[in-house]
Parts: sequence; C-alpha cells; structure tokens
Amino acid sequence: MLARTARSRVPRSEGFRRGLRQGAPFAVAGFILAASFGILADEAGFSEIAAIVMSAIVFAGSAQFASVTIIAAGGGAGAAVAAASLMNSRFLPMSAAVGPSFTGGPLKRAAKGQAVIDASWAMSSRGDGSFDEHLLLGASAIAYVTWVAGTAVGAIWGDKLGDPDALGLDAIFPAFFFGLLLNELRSRRARGVAALGAGIALVLVPIAPPGMPVLVASIASLVGLTRRARAEALERLEAEGEPR
Amino acid sequence: MAITIAGCAAITAAIKAAGPVALGGRELPTWFTSVVILLSPALLAALVATQAFAEGDRLTFDADTVGVAAGGLAIWRTGSIIACVVVAATTTAAVRTL
Repeated sequence: MLARTARSRVPRSEGFRRGLRQGAPFAVAGFILAASFGILADEAGFSEIAAIVMSAIVFAGSAQFASVTIIAAGGGAGAAVAAASLMNSRFLPMSAAVGPSFTGGPLKRAAKGQAVIDASWAMSSRGDGSFDEHLLLGASAIAYVTWVAGTAVGAIWGDKLGDPDALGLDAIFPAFFFGLLLNELRSRRARGVAALGAGIALVLVPIAPPGMPVLVASIASLVGLTRRARAEALERLEAEGEPR
Repeated sequence: MAITIAGCAAITAAIKAAGPVALGGRELPTWFTSVVILLSPALLAALVATQAFAEGDRLTFDADTVGVAAGGLAIWRTGSIIACVVVAATTTAAVRTL
C-alpha cells in the first residue's frame, strides 16, 4: 500500500458525507452563479440544451463565463476555447498538488481529477501537503448537481428572475474564498505568500489575458523551496507519524 | 457553438487530468510538499483579489470590493461563513443602491 493512501484518516463514506456537508454552502452559491451563467448563455444565443450540456461536461465556472462572453461579443470558437483554457490553467498546479493523494490507476485518477474545483480543492487540503480525496469528491458532487440545476433554471426561466447583481450575489464567491483563505493564514509565511500572490495577480490584471494573473500568482508558493520552509514541512510530516 | 462546448470540455478535462495522471499514487519529495502547502494561500489570495478588484482588464474599487471586504471582516470577527456571505451580499447590494 502506498504511504499516502495509508494515511487517509477517515473511512471513504464518512469523508464523502463530510464533503457533501462542507460543500453544501458553496453548492448553494454555485446554484446562484450557475443561474447567472444560464442567463448569460441564453443572451449569447445558446439554446437551453446547449447551456445545460456545457455546464454538465465543462463544469468550470470561470472558464464557461469567459468563453460564452467571447461568443456573445461575436468572437470565434478558437478564441472562446483559448480563453477557457487560460481561465482553467490554475487547475494545472491545483491538480498537480492533489495528484499524489488520489488512489487508483491512471484512468481512475484522471476521472477523480475532473472533480477538482476551487472550493473543494481548498476544503480538502489537510495543510500538510496532502488532500482528503473523499471529502473533495463529496464536496464536488453536490456542487455538480447544483451547478447543472442552476444553469437549467437560468437558461429556461432567466427572463423571469431578477438581476443577481442588484442583490449583491456576485460578491458571495469571493467572500467564500476569503473565508477559505483566512483558514490558510496560520503561519507568517503563509500570510506573506498570500500577500505576494494577491500582489502578483493584481499587477498582471491590466497587462495579461484573463486567467493568467491567477495562474502566475501560484509562483508565490515557490517560497516553499527555501531551506527553512522545507525543514518545517518535514517537521510537520514527521509530527504526524510515519506512514503505516 | 458545439465546437466551443466540445473544445472547452476537452481542454478542461485534459488540464484537470494532467496532475493526477502524472503524479498519482506517488510519495513526493519534501520540497514538493512544502510548495503545495503554500499553494492554497497563493491561489486563494489571487482569486479573492482578482474577483474583488478586477473588471476585465481594469482594476476597480466598486460595490463588490466593499462587499468582499465587509464579508472578510465578518468572518474574521465571527468565524461564520454564513455571516460572511450574507454581509458580503447585503453590503454589495446596499452600496449599489447609493
């Protein structure tokens, strides 16, 4: 048995249920966001079915918004897909980080990788470099259901809904991420890295294409390569006991 | 439209599969763990900052910036994610009516 899998602390079903529970508030927020995506897709000329299918098989909010916005502005499929891949580029470091915590063969791991979304990824992080894969899958499962359902509601009944911006609903996702971020700021090093990451992203917003600022901000985590950071990471791993 | 949807789906699937396929089920060196620990604060801070301050390629200070700041204050003082979200949304909506 591999060390990482032996270290998982809770049984599979319990981890999954915990993911459903912890992911529920995000899933509710995701429903609202998905409804506004459905409205946008409808206005961009997508059929109801097309909007719902897109949410079902892409399942990546910022990428969907970016590509549909380009289509709505008269852009081509190539530009729309390029924008989506830039928006999703942050999932490269995220999925690389969670990769070692996934069990199973390559196909199974590739499938589990599809469940990597910002909130579930951050929630399932154990803070020692490993991730609770069952919690991640649970949190993403509930988010998937509300994402597709919200898109359907927005695409079909969008014209009867109010303006989500007037209710301030566009602020809920950044606020959620703020909450997750505060959990991460236990050490002085983490606070410094957060400030650095935010700074890099904001400097790049006016000059880089959308999506790039967040991807490039991930280089702030290279602070972890310093000798002291590595020593502390090792201490943290050893404090948890060697894998059995 | 079908090309856009299929293209987005394929590229997203490939990006999300890359890490788990390449690095799955492996014990990784300490330096990797050390970087991963710091990846959450870096990426979350970048997401919060861009969602709060960026409108396209412009940096703005507007209603949702105020709302997110108020939400941050709420979770810092109360520890409640629900309070954070409610405060963020109501503050943003209130500032927009001004």
